[in-house]
Amino acid sequence: MLTFITQKKSTNKLTLQLLITSVLTLGIAACNDNDNVAEEVVVVPVVPVTPVIEYNYSITLTNLTYAQPLSPVAVTLHGDTKMWQVGQSASVALEKLAEGGDNADLIALTSNMAITTSKGPIPPGASVTLDITTTEPSATYLTVATMLVNTNDAFSGLTGIDISTLTLNQEKSWQLNVYDAGTEQNNEAIGTIPGPADGGVGYDATRNDIDLVSYHSGVVSKDDGLSSSVLTQAYRFDNPAVKLTITRTK
Amino acid sequence: MKVIKQSPTKSALTVLALALASSTAMAQELSITVTNLTQGLHFTPVITAAHTSENNIFMASEMASIELRAMAEGGDISGLVSMLTNADANINENPAMGLLAPAMSASFTLTNDSANTHLSLAAMILPSNDGFVGLNDWKIPEEAGTYTVFLNAYDAGTEVNNELRGSGAPGEAGMPVPPPLEALIGMNGTGVTDMESNSKVHIHRGSLGDSDMSAGTSDINNSVQRWLNPVAKLTITVQ
Repeated sequence: MLTFITQKKSTNKLTLQLLITSVLTLGIAACNDNDNVAEEVVVVPVVPVTPVIEYNYSITLTNLTYAQPLSPVAVTLHGDTKMWQVGQSASVALEKLAEGGDNADLIALTSNMAITTSKGPIPPGASVTLDITTTEPSATYLTVATMLVNTNDAFSGLTGIDISTLTLNQEKSWQLNVYDAGTEQNNEAIGTIPGPADGGVGYDATRNDIDLVSYHSGVVSKDDGLSSSVLTQAYRFDNPAVKLTITRTK
Repeated sequence: MKVIKQSPTKSALTVLALALASSTAMAQELSITVTNLTQGLHFTPVITAAHTSENNIFMASEMASIELRAMAEGGDISGLVSMLTNADANINENPAMGLLAPAMSASFTLTNDSANTHLSLAAMILPSNDGFVGLNDWKIPEEAGTYTVFLNAYDAGTEVNNELRGSGAPGEAGMPVPPPLEALIGMNGTGVTDMESNSKVHIHRGSLGDSDMSAGTSDINNSVQRWLNPVAKLTITVQ
């Protein structure tokens, strides 16, 4: 897909060059007829016919958990980059999303070429469908991220997924696992969990965990022996937490 | 659900079949093995069906049907069988001739009509209140080869997960206890919860269990009968 566009662009450049050459040739040819014509040649700006191709994708996210609302989901298209990796430190933007469900910074990253977000959280058992559009030919990588809000810093999503091979109306699905941002200790303590199970603090700049993104081992809960936990057994979860479907609609 | 494609083999027969079937897809011959990957769960009689893309056994984030509920709460697949039979599905029932024990496999063949392009599977997991292992609407590949699909455990959302001995009848509390579960689970628990806040089919959060076989909150043994997804492996060979 990308290669195809690049080729098209160079074809356009070639077309432009040919057009300019034609205009100049015409001018020179005109000169042969009348010596004064040279001054009268009006160089018509030749606008290259760059067809603006619009790409549109429909993205459906389903919350597969029992009792973990998902924070407003961030969806972005961008170039070949990943917004997190297991074994790497989380960015502050990701930390804000994973600890507090706030996707504003992730959405605002300058590397994003197209963005969208759900209006509110996605309750357990619910789905949301979002449309994302771009005319930028290099915006062929997808990132989707959302917090499991009844946790310290668990999030689900995928990042840097190449969608350039999707043909029109083609659909692709994933079942997404849960990551631990590694920026906040999973102490499940009262006041540390932003979701309705606690109503505590979301983002805290202090990093008191391993400071590496990893797969999440699940919540323990007070019913399973972590007496200081504000979470009951109901907030436990297993993978996958999210079903994601993308369809190229344009 | 993860899908792994192994060693595709395109037989001369397939090529011949394709050549003969100029416009319509042919019926396919499927050899299927279902493996219980867990260490401590039993599967009740498994139902596998090839059906049209319009049908399914269950859908995550939707309410369970009456037929799904009977399977998930009590292991009774008769309702699903008649529902799928009415939809002209190709069905395999109970390949293990009873419970599929931990780490055991069952194999069977299924011939699907050309319109039945999608495969689904379900079986209740024991011990649980309304947990089941499921494959939902897997598109059967047209290319011959062996495909592996890993399956997750779902919660039908129709019964409180109290984790106590009880009934397998739809709408009645507690877990059915057929042999050999009788000897494997605890008793006299007080109940893990009396709430079910999510009535849609969802990924099972797992059982809590406890370590007390004669008291405690749960009759499930927390060192044996918990699990993590995936709970089953399906190997499908398209001839």
